[in-house]
Amino acid sequence: MSTAAPEKKEKVVQPFDYNKYLRPNKLPHIWCPGCGHGIVLKALLRAIDKAGLQKDNIVMVSGIGCSSRTPGYVDFNTMHTLHGRALPFATGIKFARPDLKVIVITGDGDALAIGGNHFIHACRRNIDMTVLVYTNATYGMTGGQYSPTSPVGSTATTSRYGNIEPPFDTCEMAKASGATFVARGTAYHAIELEKTIYDSLTHRGMAVVDIIDACPTYFGRMNKFKSATQMMEVIEKENTVNIKQADKLPPEKLQGKMLRGILHKVEKPEYCQQYEEHVIKKATSKE
Amino acid sequence: MAISTKGQTGLTGNTAIAYAMKQINPDVCPAYPITPSTAIIEDFSSYVADGAVDTELITVESEHSAMSACIGAAAAGARVMTATSAQGLALMWEMLYIASGMRFPIVIANVNRALSAPINIHCDHSDSMGARDSGWVQLYSETVQEAYDNFIQAVRIAENEKVLLPVMVCFDGFITSHAIENISLLDDAEVREFIGEYKPRHHLLDTDNPVTYGAMTLQDTYIEFKRQQSQAMSRAKDVVTEVGREFAGKFGRDYGLMETYRLDDAEAAIVILNSAAGTTKVAADELRKQGKKVGVLRPRLFRPFPFKEMADALKNVKAVAVLDRADSMNGFGGPLFNEVRSALYELDTRPRVISRIYGLGGRDYKVKDAASVFDELLKISSTGKVETLQKYITL
Repeated sequence: MSTAAPEKKEKVVQPFDYNKYLRPNKLPHIWCPGCGHGIVLKALLRAIDKAGLQKDNIVMVSGIGCSSRTPGYVDFNTMHTLHGRALPFATGIKFARPDLKVIVITGDGDALAIGGNHFIHACRRNIDMTVLVYTNATYGMTGGQYSPTSPVGSTATTSRYGNIEPPFDTCEMAKASGATFVARGTAYHAIELEKTIYDSLTHRGMAVVDIIDACPTYFGRMNKFKSATQMMEVIEKENTVNIKQADKLPPEKLQGKMLRGILHKVEKPEYCQQYEEHVIKKATSKE
Repeated sequence: MAISTKGQTGLTGNTAIAYAMKQINPDVCPAYPITPSTAIIEDFSSYVADGAVDTELITVESEHSAMSACIGAAAAGARVMTATSAQGLALMWEMLYIASGMRFPIVIANVNRALSAPINIHCDHSDSMGARDSGWVQLYSETVQEAYDNFIQAVRIAENEKVLLPVMVCFDGFITSHAIENISLLDDAEVREFIGEYKPRHHLLDTDNPVTYGAMTLQDTYIEFKRQQSQAMSRAKDVVTEVGREFAGKFGRDYGLMETYRLDDAEAAIVILNSAAGTTKVAADELRKQGKKVGVLRPRLFRPFPFKEMADALKNVKAVAVLDRADSMNGFGGPLFNEVRSALYELDTRPRVISRIYGLGGRDYKVKDAASVFDELLKISSTGKVETLQKYITL
């Protein structure tokens, strides 16, 4: 007769069931070892779960690039579109079905270079969607060209003596263009990122989250980083400060650092709602 | 890696085009990366960084901007070139017409790749076939060697005063762009002597003789501009022949407007572009061993389309299959099929012509696929009956 183990009264933490939101037959993903895109995806799925969003009510739209492969792996309504054009596609979807939750996955090259025009106009309209910009300062998919967020002096296949073009600050650009929720996170701060994405999902209006992520395969290799973990420590941990801590730090400690957390949040009329009130209602009342 | 111009060397299509660009030493190269053409600009950017060329490499924010910058630089009098594929070419669409309408001799390497949607990065010809009416001369290349030779000849064709049109050199994504083949390179001096110095007759930086480009022309003059452009396109055919002959005389490689392979006494022929012609020739060899009279025609020049030469080459064949690696989505076969069939209309006795669409999105096209089409053609040749005019193969 076997002796039964005494019942444990410890709290059992159930591991998060990512498979609930994934398309397992589409895995493994294409991302390189050391890439943070998988960490970001997991943070996003936990945030979606926490927000209580239903899978069938989510539309995920992407452009072209490493990050834009995300919709292929998740079990939502998904659309993989053209380089730079995720936002206009997403605008059409949101306009036709304002009841759906639209999430755009894009990269810095996709959103700010080839799609830069769409980015500023989507922000300006304040249409209700969450835009996650995976910022790794490189075009990873095509082999490591410099991008609109590559730091001055950084090396790429197209900047052998160091990049001479000043980078965009994605958050400043989003804010200046009219986005009503602007935040930044990193793949390194995975738990904080989950909360930031959750806040972006529950905001009504254009919510942009700039997610600092590392590309060890190209940016890391060409800029003499020793490892993927070292890249995360230097670029994501040491080079960023949470906005809540920033107030307590002297200016010299903030020099050259990027702020994390919610950087800008205001309530403004949302575009689809404005269209409903100022165009559809007025037009139909004339009948 | 140092590349030797002595004897034979092994290069990918992309490396060979980048090397041709280095030898041509253009004034300006605006570029935006896209698979599978990226390596051309990647290699070329090394030549820029190493001071091996005088070219200004402009890394713009999209292909739309890349072609716009090409046009701007060409208007300023520069010799300009770039490379792209698929969606990159599609995003250049609006400017392709500007480049040809303004008569700028821009040269691009288009590494053939399927167009979205759904997304695919592998080879078919839907990108350049979609641009077939944009007023660009189009040359197609079977091998790395031919892509390299075509690219150098393209400069001469484009800049010829009788032509002054942009030229697109097409070769197959991954199959030709990424596979290493034997190639004989020319010396830098040979290339530079062959292409000569570019002396634009009109350009914006010639302030003593001011000109305007693209100005508003309405019902009064627009059609005359288009007629001139159309005439230039027609003249391009003979210029392609002349430049090809001069190239052959100097360097020994002769391509003509098309390649005919075992076609003289053939009853059945396959017409096919680019790398798949090699596979088809292997199938033809095997069937010839069995005594079957089959041949291959591989067009090199697609725009302008050599109608008369095409009809001459196929007039004695009984059954022709035109294999397209693109669909016109017109309900009536691929673009090459429609051109070839139209070319044969003037013949008193026409061959039967069928359309077969193959290899879209990089689907393999094998010797057995070509052999199967040849068998079908021989049956048509003996019975005179076409059972299926058009269909997809390699499914």
